[in-house]
Amino acid sequence: MKKVLSVIVLLLVCAVTYAGGYRVSLQGQRGLAMGHTGVAYVNSAEIAFFNPGGLVHLENKLSISVGGFGVFSDVKYQNTEFGTSSQTDSPTGTPLYLYAAYKLSEKSSVALAVYTPYGSTVEYPTDWSGSHLVNSIELSAIFIQPIFSTKLTEHVSIGGGPILAIGGVNFNRNLSRSLADTDGNRSNVEIDASGVSGYGFSVGAYAQFSDKWSFGVNYRSRIDIEVEPGDGVATFSNVPNSPLAPITNGDFDFTATLPLPAEWTVGVTYKPTDKWVLNADVNYAEWDRYNSLDLNFLNTDGSVALESINPRNYQNAWTLRLGAEYSVSDKFALRGGAYFDESPVQEGFFSPETPRNDSFGFTGGFSYNVTQKLAIDASFLYLAFREVDASYDAYTESGVEAPFAGTYRSSAFAPGLGLTYKL
Amino acid sequence: MKKYFNYIALPALALGLVACEPEFENEIEDGTVYTNGEANFSSYVAVGNSLTAGFADGALYITGQENSYPNIMAQQFALAGGGEFTQPLVNDNLGGLTLGGTQITNNRFVLATDENGNPGPALLTGTPTTDITNVVTGPFNNVGVPGAKSFHLVAPGYGNVAGVPTGQANPYFARFASEANATVMGDALAANPSFFSLWIGNNDILSFATSGGAGVDQTGNFDPTTYGPNDITDPNVFANVYSQEVSLLVASGAQGALVNIPDVTSIPFFTTVPSQAIPLDATTAATLNAAFAAYNTQVLPGLASFGIITADEAAARQITFAEGANFITIQDEDLTDISAIVQGPPFNLDPITAGLLSQLRQTTNDDLVPLTTAGVLGTTDQDFLNLLVSLGIPAEQAALQAINGVSRPLQDQFVLTSQEQELITTAQTQYNATIQALAQSNDLAFVDARSALQVVANGGVSFNGGVLTSDFVTGGAFSLDGVHPTPRGYAFTANAIIDAINEQYGSTIPGVDIGSYGTVTLSNDVN
Repeated sequence: MKKVLSVIVLLLVCAVTYAGGYRVSLQGQRGLAMGHTGVAYVNSAEIAFFNPGGLVHLENKLSISVGGFGVFSDVKYQNTEFGTSSQTDSPTGTPLYLYAAYKLSEKSSVALAVYTPYGSTVEYPTDWSGSHLVNSIELSAIFIQPIFSTKLTEHVSIGGGPILAIGGVNFNRNLSRSLADTDGNRSNVEIDASGVSGYGFSVGAYAQFSDKWSFGVNYRSRIDIEVEPGDGVATFSNVPNSPLAPITNGDFDFTATLPLPAEWTVGVTYKPTDKWVLNADVNYAEWDRYNSLDLNFLNTDGSVALESINPRNYQNAWTLRLGAEYSVSDKFALRGGAYFDESPVQEGFFSPETPRNDSFGFTGGFSYNVTQKLAIDASFLYLAFREVDASYDAYTESGVEAPFAGTYRSSAFAPGLGLTYKL
Repeated sequence: MKKYFNYIALPALALGLVACEPEFENEIEDGTVYTNGEANFSSYVAVGNSLTAGFADGALYITGQENSYPNIMAQQFALAGGGEFTQPLVNDNLGGLTLGGTQITNNRFVLATDENGNPGPALLTGTPTTDITNVVTGPFNNVGVPGAKSFHLVAPGYGNVAGVPTGQANPYFARFASEANATVMGDALAANPSFFSLWIGNNDILSFATSGGAGVDQTGNFDPTTYGPNDITDPNVFANVYSQEVSLLVASGAQGALVNIPDVTSIPFFTTVPSQAIPLDATTAATLNAAFAAYNTQVLPGLASFGIITADEAAARQITFAEGANFITIQDEDLTDISAIVQGPPFNLDPITAGLLSQLRQTTNDDLVPLTTAGVLGTTDQDFLNLLVSLGIPAEQAALQAINGVSRPLQDQFVLTSQEQELITTAQTQYNATIQALAQSNDLAFVDARSALQVVANGGVSFNGGVLTSDFVTGGAFSLDGVHPTPRGYAFTANAIIDAINEQYGSTIPGVDIGSYGTVTLSNDVN
């Protein structure tokens, strides 16, 4: 155990970090270790996230899974035409989860799920060459969900529950590529909002065809995090003192909508022997909802002082996932997996704020049963991105497009630790 | 148990290390993407005048210096072996200089709005803190001295603060000269250049131009110590000192780039105010035409018939007005002075009218009106008005006769006439021939800044996010003094020089994205 911990500590040294995109698929140690699969695999309380429909199949009266991850990630940018280069220095992301399931009867269960499926922290050096698009961004959303699950037949069950999402955003960018005050300080805006709530739900169905085969489907609805006047504050600084400037220094109310897209998941689980479990899941995320990030900065009388339209034009995206589990002994299980994550970003809309091209995820992990009731779970994700030449063409100055282009390469590593308790 | 941990720990460790740093196939920071070719950029020294110093908006201030073309170039050189680049930064972003606490140069211009919301240049308010007696210690890589002419660079004492009040020395050089008797060239060589740029000679014609030709063309006078500040430098004097300067710079084996002299017609200082700048309604035009009828139909043909002026001059001196935009009236010192003759028979004009007609003509499209003249046009010449009133002319009528550029012709310094432009072009052509020849004979990069700026002035240059033009305020290339570039204009200049260097030395230094550089600064913090 000590050895594993020391490896994890070693990995913490790689502290330059970033979380690609803002869907963060890190909702359980056991699921993640198997390529973040599990819509058709009932194993622990993690099923509350992966498929509420399967919850009722948990054997114990009380099942609890709790844990978290450290996301260490990195984005590099360079533009060989102009000789510019940059690298993020992002703080560590820490997605967490807690699932507690309680079996009411053989036919029904309830659960409480708390998880953080969306988030992003990207921090570039201030005033870097893409600072008119982003200096730093920190998105977070925590989902709190009560769940009810019930068997329709001996082999088919359903479940679901409403989601309360509480989101926050902190975003800093410069107003343009060159606007500055008389001392050359770049004009800047920082928006900050937290505790903004939105509502949604997830529902799932689970079917156990045989001892070897099971099937699951899950749908999590779209939730819009809508920032209303008073929810947050936008602070403008270093704006020149001039009526010709787009706005004045100081604090403004603002409105914005950040969509957290709906996600479909279907998957199968196959257990060829007592020792092996094989999972295959497919996600389909309805990212096309994220068309444009529009911010309106408001005067005290409610009129619009400045409008910021930031086209995104995301497209719906697939994720294909495979995972395997091997039970070495009663006490010890090993897991591995891989997935292909299609980027929702279209050509010409590659913004350094979410510099996400297609990626391959490689995962692994284990569980060690300390007692009959308590297990320690550990997992890791390595997310590999190809080097990509990309640009964001929708940025305009005085009505003229000024594409921000360059070469990007990202990587992310996320080790996690958790506990599973069964009573 | 232990063996299982090993299996996880080792791959996890390996993956973890990979995850630390994504790597590009060709990483700029590895220093392998760009090459220096045959050039050695380890110690770059820029020699020149205000353009080299990063002067803009009528002043030298920190952010202007940071965006000087040499500083921009040095940042790009750093991608291929370039070293540190230090500049004699002034003390603030106001830009004014003081001497012993007394302000001797203006603060910078910013773009302010007036009470009606109309934008225009105005002086940034504040007490400047750059006192030229606080000498900063070099050596410096940027040895650009605002105001310097070609011969100043080799003149001992040009940076002697004691000579500043009398105009014998330059306040900008006094700020960082290594000693009272230092020369600009000597201080440049003290920085041990492995690579240099030399851009000098602009002021040898420009000060004549911006003064509206008020100076003297010194062609034929080989002693620059006798020149006034607004004179045109003799092209032989230029060739002589320029060649000395190049010899000094290459003496220790340094490589470099020589930059030629752009046209004065490329800068908004001369292209913003049209020569047809006088708006008139029909009634006023008719009144004025009636007033000048005798001059047009009797005086001028009469003088021509007497052989006092040529028929061509008589035609050129016709004064006519019409409803709409009209040419400005000026006193052109290159015309025949007829004031004495018209006071005699048969004209018998009074001295005041004779003075008005002495060297009178209207501008044509070949004349250039300096930006500074805009503030004079259409205003009343108060001294002349007072004179007329003292002679017994009713104030109302006197006022009509004292309108600058209309009834009261502008004096020579307010217009750069086509003849004055020819003097400039003649000298400029010879300077540029010298520069190009010396670049060739010394195997140095030759930068045709003249052609580059012509492109900006004639249609502009496209960049990522716009078009760079010479239009005043809005074009992006020129700062609010109408003469010096903005940061974006300097970035464009840096790219032009880098191109020439790459061509000469086989280096692959990248240019900069000029859209990332600012243009004019907005502020209503003005006096």
